[in-house]
Parts: sequence; structure tokens; C-alpha cells
Amino acid sequence: MGESNFHSQEDFFEEIEHTADLSIRVSGKTIDSLFENAALGMLRLMQASSRPGETKIKHIELGAIDKETLLVTWLEELLFNMETKDVNYTGIEVHQVKNGRLSASVRETPLAEMNKEIKAVTFYDLKIETTDEGFITTLVFDV
Amino acid sequence: MRKQDFNRLNPVTWEIPQSFRDDMRVPVRIFASDKILEATLGDRSIEQAINAATLPGLVSHVVVMPDVHQGYGFPIGGVAATNVPDGVISPGGIGYDINCGVRVLASEISADEAEPWLDDLANALNAHCPSGVGGKGSVRLTAKAIENVLRLGSEWTERNGFATSEDVRRTEECGRLEDADPSCVSDRAKQRGRPQLGTLGAGNHFIEVDIIEDIFHPEAAEAMGLQVGNLAVQIHCGSRGLGHQVCSDYVRELQNAVRRYNIQLPDRELVCAPLNSPEGKRYFAAMACAANYAFANRQVLTHHARTAFEEALAGKVSNWDLSLVYDIAHNMGKIEQHRIDGEERTLCVHRKGATRAFGPGFEGLPEEYRALGQPVLVPGSMGTGSWVLLGTKESMSLAFGSSCHGAGRTMSRKQAKRSVRGDQLLAKLENQGIHIRAGSMPGLAEEAPQAYKDVDSVVDVVSKAGIAKKVARLKPLVVIKG
Repeated sequence: MGESNFHSQEDFFEEIEHTADLSIRVSGKTIDSLFENAALGMLRLMQASSRPGETKIKHIELGAIDKETLLVTWLEELLFNMETKDVNYTGIEVHQVKNGRLSASVRETPLAEMNKEIKAVTFYDLKIETTDEGFITTLVFDV
Repeated sequence: MRKQDFNRLNPVTWEIPQSFRDDMRVPVRIFASDKILEATLGDRSIEQAINAATLPGLVSHVVVMPDVHQGYGFPIGGVAATNVPDGVISPGGIGYDINCGVRVLASEISADEAEPWLDDLANALNAHCPSGVGGKGSVRLTAKAIENVLRLGSEWTERNGFATSEDVRRTEECGRLEDADPSCVSDRAKQRGRPQLGTLGAGNHFIEVDIIEDIFHPEAAEAMGLQVGNLAVQIHCGSRGLGHQVCSDYVRELQNAVRRYNIQLPDRELVCAPLNSPEGKRYFAAMACAANYAFANRQVLTHHARTAFEEALAGKVSNWDLSLVYDIAHNMGKIEQHRIDGEERTLCVHRKGATRAFGPGFEGLPEEYRALGQPVLVPGSMGTGSWVLLGTKESMSLAFGSSCHGAGRTMSRKQAKRSVRGDQLLAKLENQGIHIRAGSMPGLAEEAPQAYKDVDSVVDVVSKAGIAKKVARLKPLVVIKG
């Protein structure tokens, strides 16, 4: 995968109001880019930073019963790794989302700190919709 | 939703009839003043309560507390009871932070006596009680030890020197849900839980040292060891990453179950399974494990808080002991006995952002509280105040023996950060004599007092509704924010 894609995708997610938790609206020209942008949006909310150390490229393969469950599974995979392995993600590339399977590469660096804890990715009102421009969805994170 | 969609049953109780939406199985009742109800219509919390009223097997009505605000699936401040064994259990109706809860500890330390040392106390609490995002604790559990924590909860902490027998006795369910089965908890959840026992976490979790400002029920206050002018401590936190993972695992797993049991839901976050199904039983056993972890977590933090009090106050005040008043859960599913239409029924009561508030006579209460009712602990926002209440007999029939759990948010986190600067808020609170230690300034701004409802108004509603009685009001002096 190439250099960090963290600063190139801002137009594809925006934080929206939620009384107690955090929510983002995410779009993508393709279903792959929707999944990629959702991860970037979530990581932006968490404001994680890296410390010097070894950078690793990891491959992630996941499956789920439908695309919404796959989206939640994908984002929770990243949260789990960040908490238990103390890693930050400085690059995300979703190769393919098809038939309930996801294939992605991520660039892991040692985690320095995270400013916002996301407890979980919820299914609240979660629906991936098709638009003239591609795909759109709204995610609510429990914080 | 509009105010005219509600039927007003009395000055502080409103009802949305079952006929409001075709898929509702029971009505929704909200305890609110006019002002609180009008404010509640500003977000989607009532729509979420109506969605909750569609769950199979519901009994009587869905209850909404005056501290209600929008959550996911259920609203925060929602109570719903389903019939056992054929009703459902819904992880989304309990929440990701399973057994997030609060405890209050009493002391014989007068605030005047401690005043010169409060800054040292804030430093000691901050040093001994790990907080913040992903924080790790000083207790590292082996693979075997975490199984025991999940099974035994507070009992594990007593066996390992973190609790007194009085601490355990004064914890809801004595800090142990018997249905816990660690084999129903994923390895991932256990992995997240092993380094985090005795940690506060982030968000709205906190440790607070308060002054007892006012007493409204002298007999109950005396039984609890609360005296005007003395210090008390509140600890608010939950089951950390372990609980989050348990809920996430089962919300995902039950997406299949709703198809299998042909359950129609307006929101996927409300996924559920019949209590007597294999999926429902497994979730209940896993939830009980996370609840036990949370009881143990608050107990280990209590041990750390006692160490901090000793470090900061030994030799400076005459008695620096902290005695537990009570510990209650506010995100939990419990199997309880309730009288419905004159008939004794076994129900699964989902409380999400609501606390149990059983009235006098309940055998599960410590002996010293049995004639009075259960202590109900209502933390407000930092900078305002908190309350100790008592559960009532009326609460049993009006709200499945439940009450409010806090002030309740009115402002989104985004809006709070736009309106308040963390550093300015810190300076303002310090000027008010409140010693603050916070993990992050934006995080502090999100939790600003103006982002919350007025806790006194919320408590006035539950008091007028008859579901809880006022015992004492607490005012913050030291706040440790995650």
C-alpha cells in the first residue's frame, strides 16, 4: 500500500450531532471506498497518534452475514487491535467488499495516545444506501 | 413527536398510548415536568422508547426516566420488562458498558478539616486510580484469574484483599450475579479485560470527592453514615473493554437469531432473542460475567481510593476510612419478581441508564436498609451536584422498581466542544473551589455542566412521581475525569 491516506478523504465523512454519542455520515464512490472512509472517519474521531517504531503492513480478511454487519465487524476489528495491541493505523486500503467478505491492508504503527475512546460500533439506524454518486451510510459510535 | 401526542396522567407522568404506532406492544410512560418533556422532544429519545415498545414479550409499559436522552436502540433512561421465559432479552437494551454503575462511600472526615489537603488528595486519587482511554491497571489478571473474576465478581475482590465483607454486602446482588458463565464470554473479551481491572476508563466516568451539603431524610442518612459537612466519594465506571466486547459480540451474533425466530424490529440495534432460547441464555450468562467484572472493577478502584485517602490524609485528619454506602448498576438486565395486575410474575427487567430502586421490605437489601428502601445514587454533572435517594414501594408498581441514573445530557458532544473550551472550564471550576484532574481538555469540555440537564429538576420529578425519596445532596470538591 502507498503513503498515508489520512488527509485525502475528508470530504467523504462528516461528524453529525448526537446527544450522547458520536456519529458520522460516510460516503464512497464504491462500496470498497465507503468501508475505507468509514474506517478513516472513525480513526479521525479517535484522534490517535503514533510513536516512533516499526511500521507493519497487515492484511485483514473478514466475513459477515450482510454488508452492514460486515461494516460493524470491520470497524470493531480495528478497535480491538488498537486496544489490545497498542497500534495506530496510518494507512487503510480496502481492496474488496463482495459477497459478505472484506479484504483490506492496513499500516500499523506503535500507538502513542488516543484522545477519544470509542467503546463500540452500533447498529443503530444502520443502513448502507445506494445513491447516484455511490454509497452512503450513517454510523453511531458508543463513547 | 409533539407534546400533544402524549396523554398527561398526572403533573409528572405522560403516556404514549399503544395505539400511537401499529407495531407497539405496550404503551410508553415518561416521568417528566413540562420543561423536561419539551426538551426531550429535541432529540430521538422518545422515538427510541417507542421502538423499544415493539419488543416481543413486553409486560405493562416501557418506562422513560426524566434524565432521558438519545442513545442507540433503547434511549438512555429506559426501562422495559419482558416475561420470563418466553419474552426476549436485548443486548442493545442493556448497552455496551454492561453494569456501568456508581457507588458512594461515606466518611467521617469534615470538609473543613480536609480543605488544606484537597489538592494533595486530588493528586493521590489521580495517581492511584488509572484513568483515560485504554488505561491499564496495576492488577494484571492471569487467564485463570479472569475466569474467577467473571464468576465471582465482588467475592473475588474480597478473597484477594480488595474488599471488606461490608463492601460486598452493600453492593447490589452482593456484587455477584449467579448466572455468570465464563464459557459464554469470548476470548477477545477476556483479553480486553485482563489488564483493565481497577481502571476508570474515559468518557463520562469519574471519581469525585463531595461535601454532603444537605440532608432531607435524617433516619436514612444516619443509616448510610452520611452527615452534613462531611466528605463522601463517588466512583462511576463500568465493565471496560470486556463489557463492550461482550455486547458487541452478542449484538452481532443475535442479528442471525432475529431471523431464526422471525422477530420483526424497527431498529437492528434492538436485536434480541427469547430468554429461553440457546442464544438468549448464552447472552444472559455472558452479560452476568461482564456485570461481575464491573462490580469487581469498582471495588478495586475503591481499594485504590482508600490508599489515596490514606496517603493524602493520614495523620492530618482523625479518621480517613471510607465506608461503602451502596453500589448500584445502571446498565443491566435482571431477573426479578414483580406484581403485575395483582399477579406475581418473573420478569427480565432491562435498565439502560436507569437504576434499580426497590422499596422497603426487599429481602435482598442489607439489613440496615431493609426497612428504609434501597439507596439510589444519582450523580449529576461535575460542578453542580449529586443526590442520594431511596427507592419506594410506589416505584415497584410505577416503574418496575426503578429510578433515574443521573442528570442526562441535553447537548451533543460536538455542540459542547463548540460552546465550551476545556481550559476555560477547568479555570472556572477551579475558581469555584473544585479540584479537577482530567485526561484531556476536549474530553472535559464534552462533559461540561451546561451539556447536562439540571440534576435537581430531574430529582424533583422522580420525587414528585413517588418513585424515589430524597436523602442527601452532595456537592463536588474534587473531580477525577477519565
